[in-house]
Amino acid sequence: MAAEAHAHDHAHDHEHHDHPAPNFWNTYVFSTDHKMISKQFLVTGMFMGIVGVFMSMLFRLQLAWPEKKFAILEYFLGKWAPDGVMDPNMYLALVTIHGTIMVFFVLTAGLSGTFSNLLIPLQIGARDMASGFLNMLSYWFFFASSVIMIASLFVETGPASGGWTIYPPLSALPQAMPGSGAGMTLWLISMTLFIVSSLLGSLNYIVTVLNLRTKGMSMTRLPLTIWAFLVTAILGVLSFPVLVSAVLLLMFDRMLGTSFYLSDIYMAGEALHYQGGSPVLYEHLFWFLGHPEVYIILLPALGITSEVIATNSRKPIFGYRAMVTSILAIAFLSFIVWGHHMFVTGMNPFLGSVFTFTTLLIAIPSAVKAFNYMTTLWKGNLQLTPAMLFSIGLVSTFVSGGLTGIILGDSALDINVHDTYFVVAHFHIVMGLSAIFGLFAGVYHWFPKMYGRMMNKKLGYAHFWITFVSAYGVFFPMHFLGLAAVPRRYYTNAEFGMFDNLQDINVLITMFAILGGIAQLLFLFNFFYSMFRGPKASQNPWKSNTLEWTTPVEHIHGNWPGEIPEVHRWAYDYSKPGLSEDFAPQSLPIQDGEEETGH
Amino acid sequence: MSAQHAPAATTSRWGGGNEPMRAEYGKLMMWFFLISDALTFSGFLTAYGFMRFKFEQSWPVAEAVFTHFPGVEGDQPLLYVALMTFILIMSSVTMVLAVNAGHEKKQGAVAWWMLATIIGGAIFLGSQAWEWYHFIQGDKGAIELADTRILKVADSDGHVLSFSQMVHGEAGHASNHDEEFNQSDVFAAFKANPNWKLIEPGKAGTVYEHAEAMALLGQGAGIVQGANMHRNEYGHKLFANFFFFITGFHGFHVFSGVVFNFILFYNVLLGTYERRDHYGMVEKIGLYWHFVDLVWVFVFTFFYLV
Repeated sequence: MAAEAHAHDHAHDHEHHDHPAPNFWNTYVFSTDHKMISKQFLVTGMFMGIVGVFMSMLFRLQLAWPEKKFAILEYFLGKWAPDGVMDPNMYLALVTIHGTIMVFFVLTAGLSGTFSNLLIPLQIGARDMASGFLNMLSYWFFFASSVIMIASLFVETGPASGGWTIYPPLSALPQAMPGSGAGMTLWLISMTLFIVSSLLGSLNYIVTVLNLRTKGMSMTRLPLTIWAFLVTAILGVLSFPVLVSAVLLLMFDRMLGTSFYLSDIYMAGEALHYQGGSPVLYEHLFWFLGHPEVYIILLPALGITSEVIATNSRKPIFGYRAMVTSILAIAFLSFIVWGHHMFVTGMNPFLGSVFTFTTLLIAIPSAVKAFNYMTTLWKGNLQLTPAMLFSIGLVSTFVSGGLTGIILGDSALDINVHDTYFVVAHFHIVMGLSAIFGLFAGVYHWFPKMYGRMMNKKLGYAHFWITFVSAYGVFFPMHFLGLAAVPRRYYTNAEFGMFDNLQDINVLITMFAILGGIAQLLFLFNFFYSMFRGPKASQNPWKSNTLEWTTPVEHIHGNWPGEIPEVHRWAYDYSKPGLSEDFAPQSLPIQDGEEETGH
Repeated sequence: MSAQHAPAATTSRWGGGNEPMRAEYGKLMMWFFLISDALTFSGFLTAYGFMRFKFEQSWPVAEAVFTHFPGVEGDQPLLYVALMTFILIMSSVTMVLAVNAGHEKKQGAVAWWMLATIIGGAIFLGSQAWEWYHFIQGDKGAIELADTRILKVADSDGHVLSFSQMVHGEAGHASNHDEEFNQSDVFAAFKANPNWKLIEPGKAGTVYEHAEAMALLGQGAGIVQGANMHRNEYGHKLFANFFFFITGFHGFHVFSGVVFNFILFYNVLLGTYERRDHYGMVEKIGLYWHFVDLVWVFVFTFFYLV
């Protein structure tokens, strides 16, 4: 029956072929089903996350105890940590790959890839993505890209070490430093594949949301998650191609001897032939992607939070239209603020003040979101599930990280703390922690939908509190380091006497980092244990309104066994007076005597 | 029950259950892909614009660079590239006719117009290869100073002389073709003609009279013939870098387009789209082909015209 309904609804006539009989390969590996692809993204993202977090713990050891010998370093890094003391090149490589993996592989693909895939078809009422095949390709490009990035850790000269922003000349001259060689080449290949994956995924997300909404699912009835995923995908389609431009020009400089980013360079006393290029050109192109990338990471987490907070407050989201408008405003503004990453490049101060102005404008829609979360929570019937705790945690980090953004967005102030730990603290809190918390909230909330079982609540609480405390323990003290001018990305500050009395702060940070890292084992155990042994989930465990909870617990191809439900209301009719339940699924028709909620 | 309550939104274009942009998903994807690709090209052209502006004084003037026309001697500035552009635009016209024939389900007409489009694309690619060949091979040759500035040799009337004309006199050609010259012959010829001078190509146009020019030649100057990633006889190095990169990237798009078109052509002959009862694929690839055309209009404008 499911297959029949599927064939009826399928708008794409050339995909009418019968589906082959399910077997291991087409079910778990080369699947075109969005639910399976979402799980593939999640598990790959989690693996990359483990690698990325583990790297940060290794380089935190070096920062806290620069001279000390750690057998564990030699065990994992081999020749890069002779006698247990980390080699400076390896330190730079770890910082670079940690940034790359966390930004792109975990928080872009792992977050957006997982939840866009899972939720877009389920929440808009579609049988699958517009093109299941391109969706599958998107995952496999991501997989190949991950494999190459991991492989780059093992090359003779070490992985890329020029920072995750790979500024030339370190990235453009293979002979510049050990990591500029084969490791850098693999980094570029990996990122090229990643961009292809992102493009294929984003195109699919956009057209699915536009074309495949079920009857009655107007744009103003879309759950905020879907708005966030849609705008994220649009950001990706518009900003990643500019990174393609930057990376292709860089590859030409590296491999064919062009001078786009290079000029007047002397190496070992010898003048290189490059002439006329400018590394600042690269920075402009890179940050034209780089800044929207921040919102590619953040918006899905904010969308998930909107959904989780409304459901678990048993209240309609406060200011639905304001939320949609602020998502759109943030997306638009994100394209005209990239210069705030470049205040110290010798930029014309007037241009700097323009970028300051546009940057500070972002505070407005961001504040709208933060206040709307709080007003949704206000006097709600709060259900403190682990997902809800992580969502509230996100609101906290979004506010405390956003406030330092106001300082950094102002060119006059930024110049004082540029490239110090103040910046590290800012972006880790506002983007790293917020997005990770959004990711955790999403996993705890939709785990029953993904795996048909419940995660353990107590372990979830322990995971949240240890993570939350250690996250602030790691990043809050960094503000003080930054204000004291400790530069980021330095292997050691032992040479600078003025930082000696700050070393205890570094020790404290490292201890929290190790604690927070270990706490993730709770999550991993909970995740994999519950996948097989967790209690069976009911169809709608959180009493949520969105359409995904009207599908059967057991996944079927095509999502709904019969007709796709029609939508009659927005997604946030919680605790509506006059209804028998405190929630009203979007598929529930407007009852006699009931007015549709205006929003 | 719900019918009388159903708000206007559910029946409207954006109310769900339909295709609000009246386009199926594949066509929408193509549009969004083209927007994305347009941004990649914008990245390149913006970078080109900034660099050109920065080195405005020594940036080569396109009319002085692209002067060849196959089978014709002498300077024909921009004539050939204009022809190439015309052919590419005509191939867009034939693509439109193919799409139109597809709407009318005329298999034969689609096949013929697709074939014409493929031929147009192939001629464009061949022309580009020809133009690259002449660009790489070089035209008149130039003097490169120790500070990497490029200077052209001119006679007393200000006409730029090729190395061939300098060394072989009356028997020389306006273009060096593939003849390689050595520095001492070129310098000796210059020294022997006291009314020759050096001029800087590009907007600056600085002129060094013979005595001054001889002094410059004595300070570690060399000669350059042709252009590649490292050197460029026409002026600033970055001109050659961007020329190869942007026209190459565009050429790669044209090449891909020709391959797609060929696959479509083959499928049209097989009758695949007749069985499918629509020529949607022709329309989608048609969008791509027009985009490639449009990008060329920008490349042509920024590289050759302004």
